[in-house]
Formats: sequence, structure tokens, C-alpha cells
Amino acid sequence: MDFLDKDNLQNDLILIAIFAVAILTMPIWLEPFGASYPDLMQKFAIFGIFATGFNILFGLTGYLSFGHAAFLGVGSYTAVWSFKLLGMNPIPALIAAVIIAGVFALVIGFLSLRRTGIYFSILTLAFAQMCYNLAYSVLTPITNGETGLRVLRSDPRIFDGNGSDTGPLVASLFGIEMTGMAGFYFCAVVLILVSWLAIMIFRSPFGLMLKAVKTNQNRMGYTGLNTRPYALAAFVISGMYAGLAGALMCITDPLAGAERMQWTASGEVVLMTILGGAGTLMGPMLGAALIKYFENIFSAFNEQTLEHVFSFMPEGMRDATVSLAGLFVGEGWHLTLGLMFMIVVIFLPGGIIEGLRRLAKAVFGRKRPEQSHAARDDAAQTAR
Amino acid sequence: MSIIKTGTSRRTVLKGGAVFAGTALAAPHLFVRRASAADYLNAPTGSTVTLGFNVPQTGPYADEGADELRAYQLAVEHLNGDGDGGMLNTMKPTALKGNGVLGKKVEFVTGDTQTKSDAARASAKRMIEKDGAVMITGGSSSGVAIAVQSLCQEAGVIFMAGLTHSNDTTGKDKRANGFRHFFNAYMSGAALAPVLEKAYGADRRAYHLTADYTWGWTQEESIKNSTENIGWETVETVRTPLGAGDFSQYITPVLNSGADVLILNHYGKDMVNSLTQAVQFGLKDKQANGKNFEIVVPLYSELMAQGAGEAVKGIFGSANWDWKLKNPGTEAFVKSFGQKYGQPPSQAAQTCYVQTLLYADACERAGTFNPCAVISELEGFEFDGLGNGPTLYRAADHQCFKKVLVVKGNENPTNQYDLLEIVEEVPVEQVMYDPSIFGGELGSCNPGV
Amino acid sequence: MDQILLQILNGLDKGGAYALIALGLTLIFGTLGVVNFAHGALFMLGAFCAVGLYQLLTLEMVSIDPNNMTPWGTPAEIRQPYIEAWFGEAGSTMLNFAVPLSILVAIPIMLVIGIVMERGLVKHFYRRPHAEQILVTFGLAIVLQEIIKVWFGANPIPIPAPEAVSGSADIGSWFGFAENAISYPWWRLVYLLFSVAVICAVFAFLQFTTFGMVVRAGMADRETVGLLGIDIDKRFTIMFGIAAVVAGLAGVMYTPILPPDYHMGMDFLVLSFVVVVVGGMGSLTGAVAAGFLLGILQSFASMTEIKSIFPGIDQIIIYLVAVAILLVRPRGLMGRKGVMEG
Repeated sequence: MDFLDKDNLQNDLILIAIFAVAILTMPIWLEPFGASYPDLMQKFAIFGIFATGFNILFGLTGYLSFGHAAFLGVGSYTAVWSFKLLGMNPIPALIAAVIIAGVFALVIGFLSLRRTGIYFSILTLAFAQMCYNLAYSVLTPITNGETGLRVLRSDPRIFDGNGSDTGPLVASLFGIEMTGMAGFYFCAVVLILVSWLAIMIFRSPFGLMLKAVKTNQNRMGYTGLNTRPYALAAFVISGMYAGLAGALMCITDPLAGAERMQWTASGEVVLMTILGGAGTLMGPMLGAALIKYFENIFSAFNEQTLEHVFSFMPEGMRDATVSLAGLFVGEGWHLTLGLMFMIVVIFLPGGIIEGLRRLAKAVFGRKRPEQSHAARDDAAQTAR
Repeated sequence: MSIIKTGTSRRTVLKGGAVFAGTALAAPHLFVRRASAADYLNAPTGSTVTLGFNVPQTGPYADEGADELRAYQLAVEHLNGDGDGGMLNTMKPTALKGNGVLGKKVEFVTGDTQTKSDAARASAKRMIEKDGAVMITGGSSSGVAIAVQSLCQEAGVIFMAGLTHSNDTTGKDKRANGFRHFFNAYMSGAALAPVLEKAYGADRRAYHLTADYTWGWTQEESIKNSTENIGWETVETVRTPLGAGDFSQYITPVLNSGADVLILNHYGKDMVNSLTQAVQFGLKDKQANGKNFEIVVPLYSELMAQGAGEAVKGIFGSANWDWKLKNPGTEAFVKSFGQKYGQPPSQAAQTCYVQTLLYADACERAGTFNPCAVISELEGFEFDGLGNGPTLYRAADHQCFKKVLVVKGNENPTNQYDLLEIVEEVPVEQVMYDPSIFGGELGSCNPGV
Repeated sequence: MDQILLQILNGLDKGGAYALIALGLTLIFGTLGVVNFAHGALFMLGAFCAVGLYQLLTLEMVSIDPNNMTPWGTPAEIRQPYIEAWFGEAGSTMLNFAVPLSILVAIPIMLVIGIVMERGLVKHFYRRPHAEQILVTFGLAIVLQEIIKVWFGANPIPIPAPEAVSGSADIGSWFGFAENAISYPWWRLVYLLFSVAVICAVFAFLQFTTFGMVVRAGMADRETVGLLGIDIDKRFTIMFGIAAVVAGLAGVMYTPILPPDYHMGMDFLVLSFVVVVVGGMGSLTGAVAAGFLLGILQSFASMTEIKSIFPGIDQIIIYLVAVAILLVRPRGLMGRKGVMEG
């Protein structure tokens, strides 16, 4: 039980420092992958936060929520309403979104955590689907339904609305517009902060307690300890992470749509987490980045691009290659995604992090020090 | 003035850099790339110009998206002077010469909207931020079109809407940088009502089933108003959840409601399902109030007619365009599309093709790709020879005004593409309306700098 | 009154579909303990068995029409289905009964798909966490539907019901109501009867055959049955195949009601999970009861009278009922303790 000793704290600091540098230099090292444009990097950071938060619940306690997108949506709507009422400053929007998402998570979590296993999953799914269906139709006055909620010139925006009616309707932090690269750096800093928080939670006695909940809830019960408050706290925290991610989506792009709450969106974060490696620190973030990369880059390959790529081949061979490759990119990118899910989970139980660790082991012959935490977390995961 | 700061906004970069000094220093090469002296976003610098085709490639509208993409590719081919030129030969007036646009070869990037606003915006942003597109076009649903249109407005590129039928696109949510060639729900109502009166009489009682979201509502309202104007009575309007699949529980009450016409304000899969099931429930063979029971589908598309199969026979609806129209533009387009792909184009394909040509022509006339100049060329532009007869791009709301087709499911199709039969070409005067009735503000043009 | 009767019929009909899908899903849960996210895809594959057969039957002999040209200048084609060219009348009859015929095709195909899926993939996931089962089966579902999309396109494909049952039945007159007061499509009545028959057949198989008895024993206590020297794995594999067949048949028969497209499985997936959980994990009767219950409630919630009191209730009724039932009854209607609770 050496979670809090000095040595580990030092390791954590090194880890977060490396992480921070990696995140902030994304515009450079993502360039060769064609992913170094602001919107995609923002999405990496935002969905990284979403998945990290989800991992606090799922990775630590084992409760598989299928309705986390609801909190993302609630966060988004709150943020846009904060823009509409208070003004375009992202800070109040963030705070409001986290609080409101937390309240939603408290209510939904309180009810759902009365059940475990798949019953819990279905309860969260049911709540999220209700939110989605109502937001899409009946609640249109609040959510603006299919079209999505946006900031309008006629909105009150009490702190900056009157008088500045010519300015753009984008969030701005003390004059810096939260779009493009500035928006990315804002998301990146938030990501680094909340990742640090997540590490702290993983290492804390509270985190330990959550892992105990996952390992054997009954035994915890026999010791006379009520586990539900711990699980509920984890649920609320991860709901707040989701709300934060939702708010950031609106800060970088002030529009909130109902489809963010659909079950497919909830499923997406589950997939991100498992794909990267549930219960590991960096896994969910990797999974999120990979899925978003596929969605944005792989879907954009068309026949023209492919022919360009394979232009070195002789004509007949090129046509065959292009039509074969065309099945997996462009309109067929879902197929690649599905295959990737299957391959990763069949050959790399424990997700991509597991694969990287095996790779590192093969290359270096031993574990690298900064990975020992992740490795231990993984061990706990696979030992289940 | 823009939501997307790539090439030109050094100000943001500097501020960002001040906050996160050190890391931001590493970034600038990203910005230098397009930091030219141009006075608008993504000004093409080399010998090519890039257009962004943002269509649904996955999800329920994937086939429609595929057809749109075919049309775009054809348009690019024709603009660059390849192929037989298609409607380039029939369009008048035109400044296009078939040597690209302003001497630059047209290139394109594609993306998948997934028929979701978030995905569509992400895809459009990629085209703008990464690929340097000066114009975005596409879409197969109004929610997506409106979301992408407002993005393009904020970013500072032109948006040429594809298939979007909601009144809101050029009504409540119109934008200076957005243009729509496709018709809307109001025009559907105005065109359909007189034909319905002629076919079914003025004494009818209508029952609406409406997809429960904004497009459904605007269509329901438009059709309700125009049918009530000819003396029809509206018995009931019922909202159905999007993607309900089985509509039986909404169809059964229709039978004994005292209505004698069922109006289905559904699109895509919802329409295929609700129409198939309504026919299965025998509504088409029923008698009510001493008259034959009738079904109306205000917005038709070829793919939907295909999906509903036998059920569409004899059912009235409206369309923006049909490949069987007899005019030089249509014939030229159908010929080059058919020769390339072996099938006639859908109305979605036609609107996308025409939008691309119109944009290119406006650039050519403006002598620049600058959105503000292009917008003023498109505003009030009158043209002919693009398949719909004489057409006006109205300046007040950036909506095209042209003939609207009333169509009917073909009772005896002669081949598998002959699903709809043209009943009437409704003249433009009949579907014209005052731009102020839907509210909304165009705002001013945004070149993105 | 007539409206209520009609809505009950609608509900039963919907319930039939829900129950069939949920039954297969819960069979897999109960026997193998696997969360199968590809079950919706099996339903979709069943529907595409019907599409495939229909397209095979309507395969057309293409000949060039010398007198006509298409508007794009290529020679027009004359198309005649081979089946009519070869068999004449009998061919047309076969075409007419394409959907019922598809049942014969779908049973072996789905059985093979189910067994291959279990032996080839699912088998390796028995001891893995549920989350990984979800990921791998979800991946499989995407792959299956994308393959269907490449082959058949994304647009719905209409499949007609046999002509004899394509109209609607005047049920009202059977019960002494006025003529044409209550009519209901024949095909939906057929579907209802069919689903009841399939459900009965599955229950009878489990109840009255030795094979079924062993499977039930295995569901209750797998280890003991294994210790008795019975090869329970093999039987469970066959049960997986049977579950796939049940889902596939539900899909085949649903085609005239809902023109199938590649995405239809995903649309039913969430719903079928809700049905299974409301019924209670591992309970076959529960799944069937919940299917019919939710179907009927959904129909009633869509009535205008009820919607005017609770706006939007038809959008959420299924989830609302699911929440209420799960909060009152921890394991759904008839769930067993310890199944899928970890």
C-alpha cells in the first residue's frame, strides 16, 4: 500500500509533466498524421476529458454506465444558456455546466445505484434516452430541438450583451476568442488539470475504496461499510467531468444539439474507455483520440485521395487497390472502426495501453518506471 | 469576426502564445501555411481551388449522400472542362468557360455528416481549417444544413445548401453566407394545395402525422395553412417520434377520426415506414365521408419512393426537380449523369450539381473567391437552363424561386427509375412569398478575416 | 372501444416482435452469460435473408431493347424475372410467397451464422469481463451491417407480403361490430400468430425434450451438469444457434411491415435490451411478458387522449416503465438472483 508515498508522488509529477508537454505540443507532432488542425485537437482534448471522467466511474468501481452522454448534453445546454443569459465568458459557463451536470448525476446516480450490474446499466441508459427524446421534441423551447441551441444577438447576455452587438458570438476569455488554436489551448489546459485531478483520485484512499467496491462489493458490505455513498460520489464526479466536456464543446463552438445525448454517444465513451484500456490512467484518452481520428480523418478519404496515394502503382493494380481500400475509408470508415474494436479486444485484452506496454516490454526488456502505475492499475483490472 | 482562426489570425495566436508561452512558440508553422496577405479566409494561392462536399456517407441517408457526391464529382469534372460539359452548355447567362474557376483547377475534399449536427460541423471545420476549402456544400437534413450554415457564416466561407426543405434554412435561421437552391415546405404547400383541390375537392378533412422535430413542424404548419385556404378542415395533427419504426399505433386512430385525407409530414425512413404501413392498414382502399380515402406525402424523393415500393402508387407529393422534365438543362444533365453512372440523377443530385455551378459562376463573375463579392453576385441573380426553368436567387433571403413540381407515384412504371410521374409544373408566382413572414436576419457577409 | 381494441392489437403485434428478439437475447444471457450486442444485427441479417431471396427470385434477364433509348443515350433494357421466364405461373407464385419461403432459407443460414459466431468468437469471451464482450460484439455488429450496406445499399428495400394477406381483415365483423369499423392488416395478424407460435415452440423445446431439459439444468447450474459428464458446451452452442434463428425469423417476418435497411438492427438493439432487463435477466417467460407489456403500453401512450395529458409521453414511455419496474423490482419482472449483477 504505497499509493501516497513520496516516491510515487514524484513519479506522478513526472508523468503529468510528460503528459502536459505531449498535449501542448500536439500541433507539432500531430502534423504528419494530418490531425494538427484546431477542431480535431479540441475534440481530442474534450473527449479525453469525457473518457477520463467516465473511467473514474467505470475503471475504478466497475459500474458500467450507459447514459453518460446525458451529462455531456446537460453540460452543453447549461453552457449555452450561460452564454445567452450571462455573456460569452467561458468561466461561468464551465462552472454552471459542472454544477448542473453534477446535480443531474446526483439524482440519476442516486436512483440508478440502487441496482448493480446490467440493471444499473439499463437504468442509466433509460434516463439518458428520456433526456434525449424530450430534448429533441417536447423540450424544444429550452433546447431548440433538432436545430440545436445557439446564442442569438437578441439574447440578454447581461455582462457583455448590450452595446457590443457587432462582436462575434463566440466565447471569449478576457478578450481571447475561444476558437481555433486559443480554444485548443484552453481545452488542453483544462484537460491537464483534470487529468491531474484524476490521478489524485486514483491514488487517494477514496480511489482505493472505489477499487475495493469493484473487486468485491459483498465483502465490503460484510465489513459493515456502506459502499453506495462511495459509488455515488464517483458517479457524480464522472458526471461532472462529462458536464465539463460538454461545456468545452460549446465554448469552442457555441451550439448544443440533442443528439449529443443519444445512446450511441453514451456507447461511444464506453468504447473509447475500453478500447484504450479501462482502469488505466491514459488509456481512455488514447481511445478517445483514436475514435475521433477515425471519425474525422478516415471518413474524409475519397477515391480521388486514394488514387493520389496509390499513384505509384501500375494502372490495373491501382484500380484494384483503390476499390479495395475504398471499402475501408470514406463511406466505409465504420467498417474499419468495427474491425478495430474486434481486433483490439480479441488480441489486446486491456486495450491499447496493454499493447503499448507489451511493445515497450519487447523493446526495453523491462517496464519503464513512469509506466509502473498504469501497469499496476492494469493488473488490478485484469485480475478481476 | 470569425469562429475559425487558422491562417490569418495572428492576434489570437499571439495572445494564446502569451498565455501558454513556450508551447505556443512551437505552433506557428501551422499558421504560416496560409498566412497570406489575402483579405478573406482560405484564399486559394496555388493553381487550384478547394471545395468541400459535406454529405451523409453513413446512417440512414447514406444512399442520398452517395448520389449527391456523384453529382458533385460530375460538376467538378464539367467545371474543369472534362466530360461533355453537362449543364455548362445550357446555363445562361454564364461566365464559366470550362477551364476551372478563375483559371484555377477545381479540387474537392469530402466528409461524412452522419446526419448529425456535431459530426457535420466537425467535418466542415476540418475542410475549412485543414483543407482550406473556400466553399462548403451538401447536407440531407435541415437540422444539419442549418448547423453547418451558421458555422460557415461564423467562419467566413460560403455555404451552398444541398437538400434541406425546412422553412427555417432561409427563414428564421437564414445567414448572409448561406444559399439554398432547393425549395421549402411553404412552397410545397402552395404548390400542392390547388392540385389537391382539383383532384380531391375542396371539402376534405385532413389528418396530419408529423415527425416531432422542427422540420416536421414547419412542414405541418405550411401544409395546414395552404390546405385550409382551399377549404379543407384539419381534424387532428399528431406528432410521432423520430425513427418510430412501427407507426401502427398512430395510424389506427386515423381510420375512425372522421378524416378522409392522411398527410404524412415525414421524411426518409420515417416516411417509407409510415406510408408502407398506412397502405397496409388499407387506408388507400377505404371510404370515409362518402369519398375515397387519400394519402398525401408533401415532400417526395426518388429514394423514398424506391424504399416504399408499391405503396407510393397514386400518391401526391411535391418535388424540386425530376429527371423526366423536358428542358435543355435537364436533358443535358441527365445525359452526362446517366452516361457516367448508368442511372438517372435524383433531385438531391440535381440541386447539389446546380449549387456548385452557381457558386463557380458567381466567383467567375466576381473575379475573386472573396465571399462578400461572391454573395453580391449571387444575390438577385437570375438564370435559366439549369433544369428548373427561369430562376431567381432572391437577395432578401438567399432562396431560389422557380417552378415547383407536383408529382404522383407512378401507377405503371416502365422501368425501375420511373417511380414518380410529373403532374404539374407549378409556376413560380404561385409559390412566391414575402421574405419577412418567417422572420430572421441575414446579417452581413463574413469573409473570415 | 374500437380504438382500445385496435391499440391492444397494435401492442400485441409490436410486443410479438420485441418478445422474439428479447427471447433470443435472453437465451444467450441465460445459457452463456454473454452480453450480445450483435443480436440486433442477427435480426437484421434475418431480414436480409428475405431480401436476398427476394432479389434472387426477381433476378432479371436483361436484354437490349432495339427500339428504345434511355434519356442518357444508352440502349434501353427489357427486364424479365428469370423465374417467370422459366417457370411461368409457378414462378410468379413463388415470387408472391417470397417472404414465407424465406423462412425455409433463413433457418439454416441463421443456424450456421449463430454457431459460427459462437465457436469462432463468442466462445473466447466467456471468462472475459462483460465490457469486453460488449465491445467485441458491438464491433461485430458494425462489421456485419457495413457488409450488408456494401452489398445492398443504405436505402430501405421494400418486400411485399403475399397478395392473399396484403390487405386488411375486417376484424370488427367477427365480434359483431359494424362493418369496417375495425380492420387490421392480415399480415400483422399473421405476424402475431407466427411470433406466438415461435415462442411456444421454443418453450416446448426446452420443456419437453431431453435436450431442452439438459439446457435448462445447465442454465441453473452449469458446473454440476458438467460434472455429470454431459457436454454442456456443445448444447449451449446449439442454443446460440437457435437464438440466432429466432432473431432471424423475427426479422424475416417483419420485412413487409418495415422495409429493411442495414441499420435496422441498431434501432432495435437498445429496445430489446430494455425488454430483456425489464423481464428479468435469465428469465424466458419474463422476456416474453415484458415484450408484450411494453408493446401494449407503447401503443396506449401514443393515443392522442393520453398525449394531451402528458405531452411527449409516447417518446419515453418504454424507458419510464423500465425505470419504474427496476426500482420497484430489483431484478425486473421475473429475474433470477445473481445473473448479470456483478
